Amino acid sequence: MQDANSIESLEGASFEPLKVSDRLARKALRHTKERVIEALLFAAAGVSVLTTVGIVWVLVRESYHFFTVVPIWSFLTDTMWTPLFADAHYGILPLLAGTLTTSLVALVVAIPLGTTIAIYLSEFARPAVREAVKPFLELLGGIPSIVYGYFALVVVIPLLQLFIPGLPGFNMLGAGIVMGIAIIPYVSSLAEDAMRAVPMSMREGSYAMGGTKFQTAVRVVIPAALSGILSAYILGVSRAVGETMIVAVAAGMQPNFTMNPTEPAQTISAYIVQVALGDLPHGSIGYQSIFAAGLSLMVMTLLLNVAGHFVRRRYREAY
Amino acid sequence: MVGHIAMRSIDRPDGQAARPTLGSVAGASSALARDGRSLPDTPPIKAAAENFSFFYGQFQALKSITLPVYEKHVTALIGPSGCGKSTLLRACNRMHDLYPGNRYEGAIRLLPDNTNLLDPAVDPIEVRMRIGMVFQKPNPFPKSIYENVAYGLRIRGEKSRSVLDDRVEEALKGAALWAEVAHRLNEPAFALSGGQQQRLCIARCLATDPEVLLFDEPTSALDPIATASIEELIDQLRQKVTILIVTHNMQQAARVSDFTAYMYLGELIEFGETRQMFVNPVRPETEDYITGRFG
Repeated sequence: MQDANSIESLEGASFEPLKVSDRLARKALRHTKERVIEALLFAAAGVSVLTTVGIVWVLVRESYHFFTVVPIWSFLTDTMWTPLFADAHYGILPLLAGTLTTSLVALVVAIPLGTTIAIYLSEFARPAVREAVKPFLELLGGIPSIVYGYFALVVVIPLLQLFIPGLPGFNMLGAGIVMGIAIIPYVSSLAEDAMRAVPMSMREGSYAMGGTKFQTAVRVVIPAALSGILSAYILGVSRAVGETMIVAVAAGMQPNFTMNPTEPAQTISAYIVQVALGDLPHGSIGYQSIFAAGLSLMVMTLLLNVAGHFVRRRYREAY
Repeated sequence: MVGHIAMRSIDRPDGQAARPTLGSVAGASSALARDGRSLPDTPPIKAAAENFSFFYGQFQALKSITLPVYEKHVTALIGPSGCGKSTLLRACNRMHDLYPGNRYEGAIRLLPDNTNLLDPAVDPIEVRMRIGMVFQKPNPFPKSIYENVAYGLRIRGEKSRSVLDDRVEEALKGAALWAEVAHRLNEPAFALSGGQQQRLCIARCLATDPEVLLFDEPTSALDPIATASIEELIDQLRQKVTILIVTHNMQQAARVSDFTAYMYLGELIEFGETRQMFVNPVRPETEDYITGRFG
């Protein structure tokens, strides 16, 4: 009966149709508002684009001056990096080796641990446990990296020296391990997000077949979330490659051309810190070398991001 | 007790456990006889709910359901949204165990061993290994067609390639999908159409030889042609396996099922042979629903 009443009342009400000109005026106003909002949003997006373009511009310009003095070929192939010596060499390879070695050590720590944590939090932990553990992980991600650096120097490396006799006080192993711990939160939280985004119906399919929690997690959820998990790893690599303070404090400051993690070495980012702290005159070739180093670092992370993009596309599952 | 069929417990302590179906069948038959109808030759019971109640937290979703499921026949659960038919179906393979706060009361027994599937001592994984389930929306795994069908066997520890090959082929043939996918078993399952994906999910279940197959509105996400092929498949499957199907579509229930249970607000209103129920339902509520006056 209610329905009938409401229909009656609808019929009873009289609708004064708006004049066409009024309707158009409203539309024009709405149109202007939309345009203003759109312009504001565009400006906000533009800031990040402009910043990136500006940074690239500065890096390329300063590097260009650098490469007019140091040929790009010797920059890429020379195995010595001695910008502060009288006989200056500008070979990026030692710094690159240091960067890659510390990053590899970090990944060996962060990927297995981060993935395990993500699987636990997403598939096994009861909600109460998950809510209790996640803040700790976030806290781990919020610790300043200088603190991690000294943690490596005064806790982890002395500990490692108990097991590896003759391990120098600064080395890439200790720095890399602590760097790995520092990037666990990035890896685990992104990987967990990816796994939680897998629809419950897919898990139910596996459980309905008689799958255990572990079988469901490993055989169904991980393959379904693979693109997100790999993205998490690539973000971890990017963090590791760009990480500065831990390696500057704990890995030593000697540009050694070695991939042996038990030796001290310098990374690209640590070199930039060293020069930035030193008193090299502005405009000198040594000063400009940090732009070339920075550009190399940026190209590396750019390549990683591009790789990440393709990995995501390759492994994305449409569920 | 709302249902007009008064079933006695099939868990008989008097030594008739070997044929526990007798009591229920007699109960069902006499109830039908009381209603002045011809007695069907009821087949043996494969599973039965006995005074089964289910709670989502404080909310009682199912109220003392007693319902037989006959072996190698199709039983349809119909009723308006929220009547508890899916809840009942999902209780049969303990899917509710996956979520906290759910509680079972009473029993769902699986014959011939008369196991109470809801017994906390019974491992839900055991239950699910015996009872397959096909969901509303096709949910293939992010794997190849082959690996989807082999999944159940692999998690049961089957490693022999030749055994897997044979069973996968057999299951895909059983699900009327073999001809369409034989030449591309290694392609991802997501490349299949919706109807093919649903038949793949059926094949996935068939590969492990379940005793009972649960269908939870298996065609509600499919177009009419895919729906027809799934219905045809269910018609063939009844020769090999016991089927319990939830459907919103009364024509579908009429087409595919041998027995129908009409549920409303968590209660079983009427259970009987599909033919009789659709032509001449006993309860006025059932008639209202079936004729579309309600729901």
